Formats: sequence, structure tokens, C-alpha cells
Amino acid sequence: MDAIINLFTDSATYRLMTIVILSIFLGIEVISRVPSVLHTPLMSGANAIHGVVIIGAIIVMGQAHTDDYLALTLGFLAVILGTLNVVGGFVVTDRMLEMFSKKKKK
Amino acid sequence: MESMILQLSYLIGSITFIMGLKMLSHPDTARKGNLLAAGGMTLAILATIFLYRGENNEPLHNYIWIFAALAIGTVVGTIASKKVQMTAMPEMVSLFNGMGGACAMLISIVEYRHIMENVATHPVQAGTMTVVVLGMLIGTVSFAGSMIAWGKLNGSIKDRTIPGGQAINFLLFAGLITLVIIVVGGFMPDMPALFYGILILGALYGILFVMPIGGADMPVVISLLNSFTGVAAAFGGFLYDNPVMLTGGILVGSAGTILTILMCKAMNRSLKNVLIGSFGGAKAGAAAGNKDQGAFKEISLNDTATLMAYAQKVIIIPGYGLAVAQAQHTCHELEKVLNDKGVEVLYGIHPVAGRMPGHMNVLLAEADVPYEKLLEMEDANDQMGGTNVVLILGANDVVNPAAKEDPASPIYGMPILEVEKADHVIINKRSMKPGYAGIENELFFRPKSSMLFGDAKKVLQSLIAELKQM
Repeated sequence: MDAIINLFTDSATYRLMTIVILSIFLGIEVISRVPSVLHTPLMSGANAIHGVVIIGAIIVMGQAHTDDYLALTLGFLAVILGTLNVVGGFVVTDRMLEMFSKKKKK
Repeated sequence: MESMILQLSYLIGSITFIMGLKMLSHPDTARKGNLLAAGGMTLAILATIFLYRGENNEPLHNYIWIFAALAIGTVVGTIASKKVQMTAMPEMVSLFNGMGGACAMLISIVEYRHIMENVATHPVQAGTMTVVVLGMLIGTVSFAGSMIAWGKLNGSIKDRTIPGGQAINFLLFAGLITLVIIVVGGFMPDMPALFYGILILGALYGILFVMPIGGADMPVVISLLNSFTGVAAAFGGFLYDNPVMLTGGILVGSAGTILTILMCKAMNRSLKNVLIGSFGGAKAGAAAGNKDQGAFKEISLNDTATLMAYAQKVIIIPGYGLAVAQAQHTCHELEKVLNDKGVEVLYGIHPVAGRMPGHMNVLLAEADVPYEKLLEMEDANDQMGGTNVVLILGANDVVNPAAKEDPASPIYGMPILEVEKADHVIINKRSMKPGYAGIENELFFRPKSSMLFGDAKKVLQSLIAELKQM
């Protein structure tokens, strides 16, 4: 119970919640003006952005004890998967958008 | 000093994500927006590697492992996404989305072990535990669901309706909530098996929740899973008190949800409907209630060419069949040939044509079809009246009149392209088989309709040859 009370008296909780609420509105605001032509690249771009989870993987990996092989292995996998998400996501999006910009030049 | 630079990098990262998403919403700036976000991501990653300080102001170690993993991921990710065909783009997005979900899941597993090892010196914080457990659960659901979506889109997993699927899903969901409460509340702290129970149930839920969902709903599901992974990433942000993970994750979470709702609206279905997976069930019912629809008529290539050559205005309606046949370039060529003959050619794009929203736009953009020729559904419907010939290339459900006329149809209420307002409707399909959603299409049997069977690319090539001779 104390743990739960701590959660609500901790100022960090409120600071983070503020970011959450603002980000929610920002996300809605940004997306609702997208023409449907760009839905696929947008989904793909957003897909790449949530690859930011890789930062967590890097922290896990970097803090694992050098003799904790399970943590090392899981962390290693997590960093690979996160990188795939980020790199793959951005490259795929760029490929889609390349086609849009190519004809703009003509 | 280091911590200041780190926080500054995170701030810049967050701003690039917001700006990137914003720029992605305009055709002119979209590509720059993507690169901007990628740059911000790189900055945030590098800053984390070199500047992050742990509890005792300790820098990260295991650099060799980290860089090895980054290198592997970068090489594999780049090659995979450079090689993928434009048609396979949706399943690629689904696959990468699953990777992100799995990443969030693994992070939570390691952190849970860490918490449990240090339970003697550091009492468990309810907040931390909530974040770890929910991050893992959502990551797992997203991972399992995305893998199924990926398998379904590339055809290796078939649609399957599980008997009592809704009840099972509900039980799983209830079980998950109970387990989460027990683990987070610390009611049975000696039972780490419960934590892994959440992992297993979560994976099962992800699989069962995507399994029965029919093809037409796939874009919605991918978009939804995309926002799930965003939320999972945001839980990571809570865990490490990391603002860039939080903004990035929540932005994607909310943007993905809005995108999902927009797609649901386009199909006139509620998100709840999609979530319970009732589409799969309704589909079976509709297939059973098939009625005899009479005969359809076929049209020859020659007649089609004549009809189009002497038309004033032609609207082409692309669908997944065009993507499968890789006929986008041939389609553009047909458009040019017709233009030379003084025929106006436009494209009518249904928001959910293909396997993802905007799928057709990407495909036609690849073939250099001018942006202005792609009409959104409402505009296309407005223009349908003055159109002589509508050519439907491998689209089916998005032109099915049952959506307007048959209340028993599973797609009833979905806005469609009203092709019957035009003088002639020519439908190119490979066979009379129903579309991806498995629903019969009465349009094929209507008086204005004629069928032109064959692979879209071959048909278009022959059509161009015919037209050039005229």
C-alpha cells in the first residue's frame, strides 16, 4: 500500500504524466491532417519511431553483469530486434517516399 | 555536464519525432521528415550509449556486445528493406513492428529478473512493477499478433475461425487482468512463474486475437498493433525515466490509434467489432447464405480497347490484384496511351483498397502516376456520373454494392466506390473467386458490368497492344 501512495506523491510521476498527456494530444493533432495518400508511409514512419524502445535495450545490455549470460543474451537479442525495427522502419519509409518525390522533380 | 548533453540529445530527439511526424503528413516534406526523425533517433541512441549513467553514476559497459548487435540489426534491416518488393511492404511493416514489440518484451523480462534478484536490498515499487509487467504484456501481444499478421499477409497462415473464439479471448483477457493484479500488487511475491504466465497468456492472446480477423481488416490490425508497440515503448520510458522513449512511444501510440479509428471509419465498423474479431464469424454466415446470382457476361480484349479508346473519361480502380500482378507500370502505360488518344484517365482510390491504407497510392506513385490523378473516394464518386468506362483492376470488396444494399452483408455500411454511376463497368479479375473478405460480389452480375478475366499485367499489356493498333 505504501508503495502505491509513494507513486502518487512522487513528483516524477506527475512530470511523466504531463509528457504523456501532451504527447497524446500532439499525436492526435499531427495525424488528423494527413491525406490518405500518405497513410502507409506514415504508418511505416511511426513504426520506425517506436523503435526508440531500443534505448531501453541498450541500457539493459550496458548494465548487465558480464557473468550474467542470460541477461546478456536477452539484451543482445533485444538490441538486434530494436535495431531492426529502427533501421528497417526508416529505410522502408524512405523507399516509399522516394517514389513520391521522384515524380515531383519532373 | 554529460547528463546535460544526454538530456539535451533526448530533447532534440523528441522534437525531431514530432516534427518528423508533422512533415510526414505533407507530400512535399514527407521524405525530409522521415530523415529528420531518423537523425534524431541516431542522436538519441548514440547519446545513450556514451553518456548514460546508471545508479552509482556508472557508465554503461559491454560495448562490444552493444555495437555487435547494432551492426547485425543495421545490416540485416537495411538489406531486408532494400530488397522487399513494393507489394510486400505491408507484411514488412508488420514484421518490423513485431521486432519492436519483442524488444520491449525482452527488456521487461531482464528488468523483472533484476528486480527479483535485488528484492532483499530494494523493496519492490508498485509503479516500477506495473510498468515492467504492462510493458512486457503489451510488447508480447504486439509481437505475437504482428507475427500472425505477417504470416497471414504473405499467405503462410490461413484465416481460421476458432470455435468459441470470442469466449476464449474473453477468458484469456480476464485471466491476464487477474495475473497482472496479483503480480503488480505483490500478493504472491514468491511466484515468479506468474510473471511468465502473463508472458504465455499474452502471446496466446496476441495469436488468437489476430487469427480469425479477415483480410479486409488486416490494415486496421497492423495499425492497431503499431500503436500497441508504441505504448510498450512508452512503458520503457517510464521505467528508465527517459523522456525520448516516452514521447516517441506515446506519439506513436496516439497517432496509431487515430489512424486505426480513421480506417475503421472508412469501413464503417467500430473498433470494438474488429477487436472481438466478429468479422471472421460473420463472414462464415454470409458465405453460407449464398444465393444464386445468375450469369455474368464476359468482354473481349478487343471490345474493351474499343470502348476505352472512344471514351471521354475513364476511371481506373486499382485493388490488391494490381499489386499482386505487379502491374502498376503497365497501368501507367495504359493511361499514357489513352491520354494520347484524348481520353481523360483518372484513378479512384478507396481508402482501404489493397492491404494497407494508401497502399495503392504508394504503388501507383512507384509507377510515376501523377499525384493529381489519384482521386480520393468522395471525389471519385462525384466524377463517376460523367464517366464512360470504369476499369476495375483486381479490386473487389471496395466496389461491392452489398455494402450499400444488403444489411445482412458483413461489409454493410462500408462506403464504396459507386462504379455503377458510370456507363460501363469492366472488371478485371483472375477468376470468379470472391475477394479477400470472402464475400460474393453482386456487381459482377449487374447489367452494366462485364468481366475481363486474366492476370492484370498480361491483360493490360494486351490492351495496350490493341489500343496502339487503333
